[in-house]
Amino acid sequence: MLSAGAATSAPGRVLAADEAPNPWFDASYVVENWDTIVRYLDEHVRLTIGAVVLGALIALPLALLARRTRWLAGPVLGLSAAVYTIPSLAMFAFVFPFTGLSATTVLIGLVVYSLVILVRNFLTGLQSVPPDVREAARGMGYGPVRLFWQIDLPLALPAFMAGLRIATVSTVALVTVGVLVGHGGLGQLIFGGFNANFYRAAIVTGTVGCVLLALVADVLLAGVERLVTPWARVGA
Amino acid sequence: MNAFGEALVYLNDPLNWTRRGGILHLLVEHLTISAVAVLAALVVAVPVGIALGSAGRGRGVVVVLSNVSRAVPTLALLTLFAVSPIGFGARATTIALAVFAVPPILTNTYVGFRGVDADVREAARGMGLSRGQVIRRVEFPLALPLVMTGVRTAAVQVVATAALAALVAGGGLGRIVALGFGQQDYGQIIAGALLIAALALLTEVALVVLTWAVRPGPRRIPFPPRRRRPAEPAAAAMRV
Repeated sequence: MLSAGAATSAPGRVLAADEAPNPWFDASYVVENWDTIVRYLDEHVRLTIGAVVLGALIALPLALLARRTRWLAGPVLGLSAAVYTIPSLAMFAFVFPFTGLSATTVLIGLVVYSLVILVRNFLTGLQSVPPDVREAARGMGYGPVRLFWQIDLPLALPAFMAGLRIATVSTVALVTVGVLVGHGGLGQLIFGGFNANFYRAAIVTGTVGCVLLALVADVLLAGVERLVTPWARVGA
Repeated sequence: MNAFGEALVYLNDPLNWTRRGGILHLLVEHLTISAVAVLAALVVAVPVGIALGSAGRGRGVVVVLSNVSRAVPTLALLTLFAVSPIGFGARATTIALAVFAVPPILTNTYVGFRGVDADVREAARGMGLSRGQVIRRVEFPLALPLVMTGVRTAAVQVVATAALAALVAGGGLGRIVALGFGQQDYGQIIAGALLIAALALLTEVALVVLTWAVRPGPRRIPFPPRRRRPAEPAAAAMRV
């Protein structure tokens, strides 16, 4: 599309790399490297789904515990705010000495971040369930399991889904930092392009891929949200 | 655990702090880039946020901007600016960071000004204040806590992203981690990560205290034991 050739080089210092065509987007690059792109995309999707699912599985008991034990809510939220402040580069670097240059390093870091988002949203959702409703259900003889499945879960579902959507979209963007340990999904394209004489087509393909993946994931989750909360549509 | 021991050794060596390209040098570089980026974002985002929020228009733009910015990988933006005609180095990094700092500041300024009670605004107009005076003397103090939340989010994000800049030859404390990876030096990697994490946490704490200091009305303790209300989705932070 946009071709910025030799014009970008510093005056008086023309390198061979600057002379070569370096388009911002190149369809033939995408076609020729399709297998590589799909491999990275696959890794990206796996890491994202793994992180969000694991995060949700850990976050739900934590949120339930924090609601039940009131004094725990403050520390849980405070700690998660502190953890969320830690930059991703530092997070992956902390995990790296234990798990090495593997996808596990990236996954652990991603789970920690998604956990932080999910615990907050799950707890907000659970706390928004009116106490009278739970009281009434308990009075009607609902046990703790039925209370959770039939009262808490449906009422807190919008907040749960909002949390899942935020966690998924930000996880997609975060996976790219995994290039630090060589498992960054589409981030490999971005970083690879940077190292290969600033080859823009690779960088832009990786970036656009990430954004598209995030949008597709968000739309899919929005669809799931509509499916699992049919009552929300009645009024609209 | 051995790596943590090596990290402590690295951090305890005075030469690692004071030499050229040492921790102090990189820290100053890191903070300079971050401060310039946040200031640039403030100059751009605050007026726009005020204009949109106080007029009550442009909600769609703000929501879309804050959502889309979450989906764009920070590494991608840093790389894109580095390969653009700007060239790689501190300038490209600063611009990329400023671009990232705009959405949280803009969103929170918008939400803050949008949330000012219409009656209060009306009363101020009725007392003979001009539109500019209403913004400066009435709306701004009332919106300040939310604006500061946005600045805090943006600043922490910028400090965190500046660490990533080292991957694309941008400088800052991330260089310690990047060099550590290059030399397979676990101790140095951990030491760099500790420094970056500490800096991000310190930034957060410093800005919480600053927010407390500039908050109008009666002083409350800066770290309330319980949140008054859950974080709004619009004001939610983005991880980098």
